[in-house]
Amino acid sequence: MLGRKKAEDICKEVFRRAGSDPAEVLLFSEAQNLTRFANNYIHQNVAERNVTLIMRLLRGKRLGLATTNRLDGEGLDRLVERARANAEVSPEDPDYPGLPEPADYPTVDGFDQETANYSPKNRAKAVGELCRQSSEHGLNGSGIFSTGASEIVIANTQGVFAYHACTNADFQILVAGEDSSGREQGSGWQVSAIHVEALGQLAVKTAQDGRNPRSIDSGEYTVVLTPYATEDLLNMLNYYGMGAQAVLEARSWMCDRMGKKIMSNLVDIWDDGMDSSGVPTPFDFEGVPKKRVNIVEQGVVKSPVFDRTTAKKMGEVTTGHALPPTMRSFGPIATNLFMAPGTSSTEDMIKSTERGLYVNRFWYTRLVHPRDCVITGMTRDGVFLIENGELAYPVKDLRFTQSYVEALAKVEGVSDQTRLLTSEFGGQATRAPGLKISAFTFTGLTA
Amino acid sequence: MENLMSRALDLAQSNGAQYADIRVVESRTESIQVKNGVVESLNFAESRGFGIRVLVKGAWGFSSSNNLSAEEIDRVTKHSVEIARSSGLVGGERVDLGPPVVSRGRYETPVQVDPFTVSLEDRLGILLAADSEMARAEGVRVRQSNLVIIKEKKWFANTESAFTEQTIIETGGGVVATAVGDGEVQSRSYPNSFGRQQVTGGWEVVLQWDLPGNSERIANEAVALLTAEPCPADTITTVILGGDQVALQVHESCGHPIELDRVFGSEAAYAGTSFLTTEKLGSFRYGSEVVNITADSVRPLGLGTFGWDDEGVPAQATPIVREGEFVGYLMSRETASKLGRVSNGCMRASSWNRIPLIRMTNVSLEPGEWELQDLIADTDRGIYMMTNRSWSIDDRRYNFQFGTEMGYEINKGKLGRMLRNCTYTGITPEFWNNCDAICNQNHWTMWGTPNCGKGQPSQIAHTGHGAAPARFRNVRAGIYRQ
Repeated sequence: MLGRKKAEDICKEVFRRAGSDPAEVLLFSEAQNLTRFANNYIHQNVAERNVTLIMRLLRGKRLGLATTNRLDGEGLDRLVERARANAEVSPEDPDYPGLPEPADYPTVDGFDQETANYSPKNRAKAVGELCRQSSEHGLNGSGIFSTGASEIVIANTQGVFAYHACTNADFQILVAGEDSSGREQGSGWQVSAIHVEALGQLAVKTAQDGRNPRSIDSGEYTVVLTPYATEDLLNMLNYYGMGAQAVLEARSWMCDRMGKKIMSNLVDIWDDGMDSSGVPTPFDFEGVPKKRVNIVEQGVVKSPVFDRTTAKKMGEVTTGHALPPTMRSFGPIATNLFMAPGTSSTEDMIKSTERGLYVNRFWYTRLVHPRDCVITGMTRDGVFLIENGELAYPVKDLRFTQSYVEALAKVEGVSDQTRLLTSEFGGQATRAPGLKISAFTFTGLTA
Repeated sequence: MENLMSRALDLAQSNGAQYADIRVVESRTESIQVKNGVVESLNFAESRGFGIRVLVKGAWGFSSSNNLSAEEIDRVTKHSVEIARSSGLVGGERVDLGPPVVSRGRYETPVQVDPFTVSLEDRLGILLAADSEMARAEGVRVRQSNLVIIKEKKWFANTESAFTEQTIIETGGGVVATAVGDGEVQSRSYPNSFGRQQVTGGWEVVLQWDLPGNSERIANEAVALLTAEPCPADTITTVILGGDQVALQVHESCGHPIELDRVFGSEAAYAGTSFLTTEKLGSFRYGSEVVNITADSVRPLGLGTFGWDDEGVPAQATPIVREGEFVGYLMSRETASKLGRVSNGCMRASSWNRIPLIRMTNVSLEPGEWELQDLIADTDRGIYMMTNRSWSIDDRRYNFQFGTEMGYEINKGKLGRMLRNCTYTGITPEFWNNCDAICNQNHWTMWGTPNCGKGQPSQIAHTGHGAAPARFRNVRAGIYRQ
């Protein structure tokens, strides 16, 4: 960890080199550790320390960008020289709204010293426990246990200086037998909130219950989804449409649906950067404080999330959801996403299902068509046929091709428990409940 | 540099490592992205750092840092040993690397014109010209173009006396036009999907691609797709895939399942495993007799072309499928040793801060004998699909479903109406056993896939895939119902 003072000094060194040119620096410092295991032993075990500076320099309305992880004088000199050279050759950018002004940044809990200090031995002990459980049941355990700490700093020559230190922990386990598997995940910013043994027991049970799966026909089924599967629905809807850039480019599922009720009454989705029950960050990558955004309220499409560029174009106010300038083309996205819990237990949702499928997880999901967010993917790590309100038997994995917008229109139940999960891409966090959906289209079978 | 690297290796051994290697990587990337006439990003990115991998009592540890000072090398080396000792606490298989690797030498990607010598103005000029050409097509909503050039210098040394120095140069670029109308969104890309084609090579490839000269055409195609007929729904038909789509089919349904670490379960929790288990080696009919697939790291332009892999093993070519029979894997030292073989040099790390994993080099479908026009003329009914739009495959690389940007119906040996939203699905060995014709060298291109994800923490690899258009019988198409 650099600490606030040293991070501020580095930014000042960059601005000193920039002279009178307006400029912005995004500093991202990280110390990350990841223990990976398979076949019930640790086969990869890694650590990384890095500090990255992304500089945006302005010459009038011309923008130049440069990135480095070299903090020595030569590295900082080249950073500024190349940002300036890039600005000089760029045409004027009519869309860029200029550097933001300083703002008050509220503090939010997101740093845990125990997580930051978690050692390779601590991780090995937890992984060893999981491998023991798995091995005792004749199963094959694999997965990761990662812990780390990061600092995010946004500073500009207008006086913005925003600093946030945070920690992260993620335990992902897959327990597999000859023809079945179970998977569980615990994520968050406090390693103490991850209950390794309990997660292991759940995964082992799913793998045991899933033995001797049968083939069933593809077609339309009622589904009861765990939070892991729901997370995929929310993330795909986020990546392909909750940001204002996707709306501007008419590729979002929100297009032509703003203010309309297109999902079940039971669906409430929002983003809240300040909510510590997710993975909070008080400001975005331009240094703008994050605002809560209600994205879907009781099934009605309310609003995408904005950064300053898209807000300016659409006559709105930024909600503080800018990505780093190197990802500008993608536009803003939600980063601390929530779906409201309901009142049903998972058992209730199964009991109320005459015939359907209980799905633990979706996998390798990809966009087939954007406007209805049509997605194809596979089930994985536990699929069971529900008959007469009970899990009847495990079934082989299926491929689905389904509009996620239509799926959320057919939500009949939402679980009263949610689970916090972090995405492998970009530190995005989602707190998701389980769902019961009355019709979901499966289009293929595995051998 | 060599002194700093020796310092790490000596320290690792004196702290108890039975084997150690160190990689120092220094990369520069310059990228330009233009959208609707606006330069959205003109970026210079520099990254430098080192990673140390050690074996202590048969267990791995790895640590890395961006700070290339002697003090930090000492800290990171000791940390990697501490991590390896922690790995050993859980027991399990002990690593055997097989015969020592003692490679020494220097390699540099051959280029006609170093892309870093081309002025920013000239690079930007090509993209702005391409943007103007796309703007000629009425109805295009989003025009995107990009160029990227990469120079990566890499030094590798191990405790077995290997020391190699490499400079890899990559050049990539492309254009994408997106049209929108009445609830429909359609994109066309050139020369490849996902934004760009990319190769190991110099500026000469960008001139050959002629981005401005192809931009108006692909923009018009995107507009035409809005009102094109949809792909026939859920039908069994003959499909001819364009070379770019064949390249992705090879990548997903052959390249990944032949990674021997997947076969041994190392990726089970993330990327998945493989249906090509070891008892199938040399005795499994992967495809029809016309199917020959090779993995190599020596062919010109391939994104998997280099001097040595990240374990210091020399570049080479390996038969993977011969006349339809499965005969080879992509291997590391550790996994090859489990099979009683020697590594064929497929360990690659995405940067200094990641360990090497088994990654595709250039996994290519060898050319057949057909001219494309003859292949179409020989097809009574079917669909010609080109340029990938979506891809999904199960964790054993068995059940896949792909979508393409554009298709044409084939009727009595001739291309007919344009088709939109084309998809097809299948089971890998069934699909490749239904391949009955592959186009010849005239239609064969070394395609680049610069976005291959694998590993935790995640790594993005750049892989090459030589491919030509090919024909597949009895394919289920039109999965997406409109």
